[in-house]
Amino acid sequence: MESATTPHISALRKTPLNALHRRLGAKMVNFGGWDMPVEYSSSGGLIAEHKAVRASVGVFDVSHMGDIRIRSGKKPGGALAAVQHISMNDASKLAIGQAQYSAMLYPEGTFVDDVIVHRPGEDDFLLVINAGTREKDVNWVRENTKSFDCVVEDLSDAFTQLAIQGPRAVDVMRKLADADLNGVKNYWFTYGTVCGLKNTLIARTGYTGEDGFEIYVPSDVATSEKVWGQAIEAGREFGIIPCGLGCRNTLRLESKMALYGHEISDKINVWEAGLHRYCKMEKGDFIGRAALERANGAGLKRTLVGIEMVDRGIARDEYVCCNEAGEAIGVVTSGSPSPTLGKNIALAYAPPAFSAVGTVLYVEIRGQKCKAQVVPTPFYKRPKKAAAPPVS
Amino acid sequence: MAYPKTYRYSKEHEWIEVKGDVATIGITDYAQHELGDVVFVELPKPGAKIETGKSFGTVESVKAVSEIYAPAAGEVIEANSELQNTPEKINTDPHGAAWLIKIRLTNSTGISDLMDAAAYEAYIADKGKEASA
Repeated sequence: MESATTPHISALRKTPLNALHRRLGAKMVNFGGWDMPVEYSSSGGLIAEHKAVRASVGVFDVSHMGDIRIRSGKKPGGALAAVQHISMNDASKLAIGQAQYSAMLYPEGTFVDDVIVHRPGEDDFLLVINAGTREKDVNWVRENTKSFDCVVEDLSDAFTQLAIQGPRAVDVMRKLADADLNGVKNYWFTYGTVCGLKNTLIARTGYTGEDGFEIYVPSDVATSEKVWGQAIEAGREFGIIPCGLGCRNTLRLESKMALYGHEISDKINVWEAGLHRYCKMEKGDFIGRAALERANGAGLKRTLVGIEMVDRGIARDEYVCCNEAGEAIGVVTSGSPSPTLGKNIALAYAPPAFSAVGTVLYVEIRGQKCKAQVVPTPFYKRPKKAAAPPVS
Repeated sequence: MAYPKTYRYSKEHEWIEVKGDVATIGITDYAQHELGDVVFVELPKPGAKIETGKSFGTVESVKAVSEIYAPAAGEVIEANSELQNTPEKINTDPHGAAWLIKIRLTNSTGISDLMDAAAYEAYIADKGKEASA
């Protein structure tokens, strides 16, 4: 038996919670050069962790994510101009305390990385970036903001980032934080006291498709372990469990959230990835805009589709999609059993002619042509929330 | 979970129990733990020939696909069809009810080279040390 998740041990980077994960008996894997927990047998494993987040609440160590701060230099406006130049969404629309999903693009209109842009101040932006692309992103941002009146700081190692995710995440956060969370709507953030730590960034963001928060605390081991411990303690009555990157992937896939190197990369452009609504062509020039305008005129050759297996078999990342005749037409970018739906789902790039819901296509699984069909995405959408209970 | 003394074990984490010229093959508790929640099993049909060291099927968890290698050569006489609907049994009873296939051995060459329970336990203990180093 050989597993695709064979642990690697050489020179991997570790988050401040690495020792804690190992004490908890987590199964550790190499994720983009980081030694990260994929699942915890003490939590019941990947499926149990996935279901806890959908039904109640789970906590993730996502300290491997990077953070870039861009502030204006001598005069106001420099930071905003820089952010507008290097990202595709319209950061001028952000109120202070608001965040947006965006992406940094190459001149070709393909992806450097996707990011969440936070605006803590009029002239202050915080970009949260992916772990595997940290150095590349930081260098790219520094290089492309040179001509702007701004200061770029890499704060990636300054924070331990915890994601508390699920419908009961807000109840856990109410116990942990001294801050008005009612005013913090989806993709907004605030600064408050968390576990006694003043001025802690509390953002209502996540990568699971559920309601949830991400908190950024100082990255020393003692503080990191203390906050993790208090989150577990506060969440006990809601059944909180530690969750690994395994379920983070299945949760984000069900919600059709892109993963760098899979749905988005330096080979895929914004239109193909279907991220139009985060790309504001009318905001003015930005890196990648001209190429996207040209691509718009040329028409799409491939598009991201959601598929569900009809035949037995699991479509996996990089499996080939083919037509009835067995000719290759596309490729799976992410595929997995869906713990919520009990079906085998996947995202794949295919020609637009194969993108209509109900279209049949095939996935080649170990030499066998297995039937699949295009389904609506996201595969899972969280139920609309009932009115929040009054806070005493 | 105990490793039955009457079984033999491969480095690829399969076990084999030989009774006369019939052998039962499965994956070990260590293997199922490494895989995580098993959700899919693909096994050969009765009559299929399997060869020592060659893949004869796959076991999939949510995260990963694992090839299963034959610890001995023979002809498949039965595949555990219950696993099609209850693959998770591989997580709970890998050494018992969740056996994968029974084969009629072509010959017993190589089986005595496989590890016994004590040697296999030492082998996986070593792996555990590596992983936590």
